[in-house]
Amino acid sequence: MLKKNCRVLCLFLFMPLSALAELSIEITSGVDNPTNIAISPIMMKGASLSEDISSIVSADLARSGLFAAMSRANMLSNPRTLSEVYYRDWRIVGMQYLVVGSVLRQSDGRLSATFSLVEVTGERVLFTHVVKGRGSELRDIAHYISDKVFYTITGIKGAFSTRLAYVTAINEGGRQVFRLMVSDADGARERLMLKSKEPIMSPAWSPDGKELAYVSFETGRPAIFRQRLDNAKREQLTNFKGLNGAPAWSPDGKSMALVLSKDGNPEIYLYSLATKTFTRLTRHFSIDTEPNWMRDGKSLIFTSDRGGSPQIYKLNIISRKIERLTFNGSYNARPRLAADNRTLVMVHRSQGVFHIASQDLVTGDLRVLTQTRLDESPTVAPNGAMLMYATKRGNKGVLAAVSIDAGSRFLLPSRQGDVREPAWSPF
Amino acid sequence: MKFEALKPILACALLTSFLVGCSSTPSSSSSNGANSGSSTLSTDNGVSTGSVGGAGISGSDIDADGSIETVFYFDFDKSTLKPESLAALRIHAQRLIANPASVRLEGHADERGTREYNMALGERRGSSVKEFLVLQGVDGSLLEVISYGEERPASLDSTDSSWALNRRVEIK
Repeated sequence: MLKKNCRVLCLFLFMPLSALAELSIEITSGVDNPTNIAISPIMMKGASLSEDISSIVSADLARSGLFAAMSRANMLSNPRTLSEVYYRDWRIVGMQYLVVGSVLRQSDGRLSATFSLVEVTGERVLFTHVVKGRGSELRDIAHYISDKVFYTITGIKGAFSTRLAYVTAINEGGRQVFRLMVSDADGARERLMLKSKEPIMSPAWSPDGKELAYVSFETGRPAIFRQRLDNAKREQLTNFKGLNGAPAWSPDGKSMALVLSKDGNPEIYLYSLATKTFTRLTRHFSIDTEPNWMRDGKSLIFTSDRGGSPQIYKLNIISRKIERLTFNGSYNARPRLAADNRTLVMVHRSQGVFHIASQDLVTGDLRVLTQTRLDESPTVAPNGAMLMYATKRGNKGVLAAVSIDAGSRFLLPSRQGDVREPAWSPF
Repeated sequence: MKFEALKPILACALLTSFLVGCSSTPSSSSSNGANSGSSTLSTDNGVSTGSVGGAGISGSDIDADGSIETVFYFDFDKSTLKPESLAALRIHAQRLIANPASVRLEGHADERGTREYNMALGERRGSSVKEFLVLQGVDGSLLEVISYGEERPASLDSTDSSWALNRRVEIK
């Protein structure tokens, strides 16, 4: 009767994958008065580039919801250098900022992009900067430009060079096939990390962004693994009876909070990656799960139904003192903390519908951020400006994003299958 | 009637009230579980009122080839056994006592709510089945509860009837 479930597992070294569900961006709403910016074509003289840098930068800035990027077709001129800029061309079409730049091939074969940010109304150059990289790194160069421009204008560190991890489930021959994927923050350059006929869930980034922890059922029961991004080297960390779930790396990268039910019901444990030892942190007959770290690494926030319904609690690891954080509504779960250490985001049920909500831990104010239904798995960008989550469109699982002030939104629909459980990488 | 004959009925009535936290409404037996709204058996405060009612003797279909129901359904956010599940579970128990074998009790949840919380809920459901079988005399070491949470839905639609089919424990 016991089914042995050692299924073949295809594992690729972090290689490009073009045929599968690549994500695309669909901006659904932006702020009321976005900043107008034009990115003049950034090209290489006498040669074509494999990626359109200005289009990538324009898309990055528009996706933030804070910018409206001018379409190239409407530009009156296409300056490549500061000396080619005629302010009048940009003033009369209402641009506030302009980016100009060009790419050169160096003698060592590497590319060097020089770019400037210009404030149109004040007719002044805010910076001129050079970024270098290989021909295969044009998207990285573009995201670097986006980050620099975004920070200079908004004062917020750009998160365009970060990555997303997520899980896809695609029906193949009548059976769901699960994949753990990593892409750029804009959904491009999707890479396969793990493929399995058994479920994969709960991806979590290491604080250095070089590894993922996740839950895989490949052994026939849930187990926690860690895997490097660069060489796909991986290690199974747990193999207990019952739940092995919800891994969360500590801010110092030395340990993981995770959930085991080996002692009878789900409890939160601290796992030391160096000594491979487990320390039990919670002791309650209710469900305790979904731990996430406070920035100082001394406290965890987690979901528990010890009060009769799922709510979010804070646990001090040293004193073991537990404090309830949410009181609004009968379902608050899977907490994540923004980089400000004060904005809590979570799944919140309101009138029977599951939304993503934020709660200010200082004032206690709760705000529902999403308008879709069956929303889950919120993850905050490392700059705290946006959060991504999983939702349903029709019967299909898709990723969506919303700014933390709920002003702008976008969707990342996939070409096929369900996409779920986004995890935004650190910087 | 001799006591011996009454014993199973008494035992099941006791178990029903103990495990189900049963209300006084016996539900009509339904093996597909799709009409889950028909009976809400649990009370929030854990106080339960036992009743012999029809719950203990409501039958579960046994197919012509002698196979019995292996999927047992649950109400939303609940892990208490439904009365209509008990008859088939008792047969599983008798068979496991007669022919001990390792069994997987795979617990599942519907898609509402968070994934890891649903893993815990799926485990609670599997544990309810395990507890019942152990109370019937099955060796607990033969029974492994494995939760799949909402990761392996039986039905992919986002509707009430689909969710009812997904809140289940499968004996394998």
